[in-house]
Amino acid sequence: MDNIMRQDASSAATARVTPQQYLQSLSRWRIIEIVFWLATLAPYFLFPNYLSLASQIAIAALFALSLDLILGYAGVVSLGHAAFFGLGAYSAGIFAKFVWGEPFTGLLVGATVAAIVGYGSSFIISRFRHLTLIMITLGLGLLLAEAANSAHWLTGGSDGFQGIEMWPVLGLFSFDLYGKTAYAYALGVLFVLFLGARRLVNSPFGLALRGIRENWVRMPAIGAQSRAHIRTAYTISAFMAGVAGAVLAQTTQTVSLESISFQRSADVLVMLVLGGAGRLYGGLVGSVIFMIARDQFSGIAPQYWYFWIGVLLVMVVTFLPNGILGGLSKIVARWRSK
Amino acid sequence: MLPPVFGVLFDGIAYGMLLFVLSVGLSVTLGLMNFVNLAHCAFAMLGGYVTVTLVNQFHWPFLATLPVAFVAAAAASVVLERILYRRLYRASDLDQVLLTIGIAFISVAVAAYFFGTLQQPIQTPEFLRGAVNMLGIGLGKYRLFLVGVALVVTVLLIAGLDYTRFGAQVRAAVDNQRMARGLGIDVDRTFAITFALGSGLAGLGGSLAIDIVGLDPSFAFTYLVYVLIIVSVGGLGSIAGSFAAACLIGISDIAGKYYVPELGAFLIYLVMVIVLMWRPAGLFGRR
Amino acid sequence: MTALATRGLSKTFGSLVVARDIELTLPVGARYALIGPNGAGKTTLINLITGMLAPNAGQITLGNDDITGLEPQERVRRGLARTFQINTLFAGLNPLEAVTLVVMERRGIARRFWQNIADNKEAIEEAYSILEKLKLGDCAYQTTRELPYGRQRLLEIALALATKPKVLLLDEPAAGVPQEESGEIFEVVGGLSNDLTLLFIEHDMHVVFRFATHIIVLVGGAIFTQGSPAQIAADPGVREVYLGKRHHG
Repeated sequence: MDNIMRQDASSAATARVTPQQYLQSLSRWRIIEIVFWLATLAPYFLFPNYLSLASQIAIAALFALSLDLILGYAGVVSLGHAAFFGLGAYSAGIFAKFVWGEPFTGLLVGATVAAIVGYGSSFIISRFRHLTLIMITLGLGLLLAEAANSAHWLTGGSDGFQGIEMWPVLGLFSFDLYGKTAYAYALGVLFVLFLGARRLVNSPFGLALRGIRENWVRMPAIGAQSRAHIRTAYTISAFMAGVAGAVLAQTTQTVSLESISFQRSADVLVMLVLGGAGRLYGGLVGSVIFMIARDQFSGIAPQYWYFWIGVLLVMVVTFLPNGILGGLSKIVARWRSK
Repeated sequence: MLPPVFGVLFDGIAYGMLLFVLSVGLSVTLGLMNFVNLAHCAFAMLGGYVTVTLVNQFHWPFLATLPVAFVAAAAASVVLERILYRRLYRASDLDQVLLTIGIAFISVAVAAYFFGTLQQPIQTPEFLRGAVNMLGIGLGKYRLFLVGVALVVTVLLIAGLDYTRFGAQVRAAVDNQRMARGLGIDVDRTFAITFALGSGLAGLGGSLAIDIVGLDPSFAFTYLVYVLIIVSVGGLGSIAGSFAAACLIGISDIAGKYYVPELGAFLIYLVMVIVLMWRPAGLFGRR
Repeated sequence: MTALATRGLSKTFGSLVVARDIELTLPVGARYALIGPNGAGKTTLINLITGMLAPNAGQITLGNDDITGLEPQERVRRGLARTFQINTLFAGLNPLEAVTLVVMERRGIARRFWQNIADNKEAIEEAYSILEKLKLGDCAYQTTRELPYGRQRLLEIALALATKPKVLLLDEPAAGVPQEESGEIFEVVGGLSNDLTLLFIEHDMHVVFRFATHIIVLVGGAIFTQGSPAQIAADPGVREVYLGKRHHG
């Protein structure tokens, strides 16, 4: 989507637009975005039996969006992002069970715990690149997963964390069996945080992150503190991932080791890459496709599901390096130039 | 009489030697081309299944299957390198990670399809079963064999690197790729050959691993983690680094599981994170 | 008043000496050229001065400040900027975005993630005026990777100028640019303010003699000789080092 916006704006610019107006036009809301968000209401009318799947998709989309901030925009490849998702989930779950069942406070608790750990680990993350960085994110993720497994007095270990009871959202809407409240809650949270992410991406900081991804070497040469930027982005990303995990805990009222597992880290990476990283909507689109496909094929054994994921990955890297959104924007660009 | 800790140490070293054979190929190819190949242990798995098939279906002696496993894995890597890997040498880390993970997923599914998901047992030759008693500790004969094979591999590798022309080309390319190209060294061909050798060694490692840790389709990922840890901790492109790191990780893992089982795999992840924070390029790495 | 000075600057890689005891003094407003055969260590010297490479010994002073221990971005903040011999640009950004980024970093507002970038009128206008000065105004919205090579070289300089440097190190500003387009680049170089201190690496001796008031000759990592253009032109040692090369290196 970015490229189309740019080409639009570029041709408009030759029609005498001030630089400020040009930059403003890049962050204008597009019709297709409005269509997208209106479409997210469709499950209520078209697929009322699939609302719990819809909630799962919204949660996955928020998680993918959080990964996009560091991977698609700052270029930090993380194989352990589920650490923050899981931290958010467990913290929110523990908070709801032992302290207070109000949903929004629970979100804040989950997000804050994840953000604190994110901030701490960002000092390590920001110092490294390439394989070392990948390995450290993998290592930290695996460490936390093992820790969650071992601390079964707190987390329930492989039996899972049970017994969460949530109070009604805003005191009015209790989490019902059909998932109506859950979906509205998950979708609402996703939308609000999406607005925040959209603002970030179109801010000076968003530009700085893109600078880091585009040319790491040039950044110090223009006086930029790349490591500090990465720390900030990583912390914000951890916060968002924590919110996503918290929503999962609250809407499903259990937390399992899966939420902090390598599998979850790998899946979110696939979702993001499938949709296209660095395009804001890539993670959202990718999650929708991935989660629906997984639901449809849930009957087959896991290794065969991963066979198709493997094929998909090879295809995407070979033919669609910018994901589905990247491919679409190329097609649209070609169609426009005819 | 030696205290039991020496037995644990010996097991750790033997395990480390296995991990070394599995990892050294990845370390050298990473140091050479910075190509992140997460399908490395899929080649190991291939070697393992070749051995299983030859021993169980065709009744070959175990030792005879080892060179075949090496060759099969090397050949598979050549095919893959030609078709897919070649295009991604200058691609981003992320693309390389995704492509090779995808290949690993595919290979796991293929293995599961043909061999099922259960562990494949094989019969090792008579003279490798049992233990030798030395100073009160039982030294498993198979483990002694592992150590022996690893040492032979190490000697061959070091001799190859230091005394052959090809080895000199590899060393030059690891040291400074641009300059090596400038000197007329065909770095791409050097990489292709090194990659084949490294994958072949992984295949050998896979075969050797069957009797120690068992072989099933999840091998490709379970041992990938160990291999990646060793490669990062040891330093890219360093044989000595891989050797040292493999011993360190092997001993830590075995000792950890023996003395502090509640820690589980926690210990090696911690070791890795700490080493990388102290020396980001690995113990013997550069840059 | 000295804008930039180095004392005893040295760097070795194992047994390879890439910089040997380099002593440089650039007065404010200087137009110094750094020349030498390929591999003499000219870019290495720039990397040492900007902090991309850590020296084994020596001291670097910017104005009155000792910057030897400072990180590269710190040195930029104190007024030291450089361009790269090989384009090191933000390929996916357009010139306006790239220069705006530099301006915002300089003004310390790059961390603002809650604000739309378009709200920073002054920074954007400053960025655009830099682009116009470098004749890049009409391609300001085109993605950098689509720009012709000559324009990209100008953008290299624009990025450095946007940091409002006191000292600017130019590494072969017209490298790889065809003859017809290099004029634009040198016009820009020639039009730079007299308060700005310039050290540029160059192979084209016509350019060197046109712009430089003082020439430093680097050979094998050490300063071979230095002096006014007339002195250097007459120096037989320099001619020997170049073996009759008069145009490109």
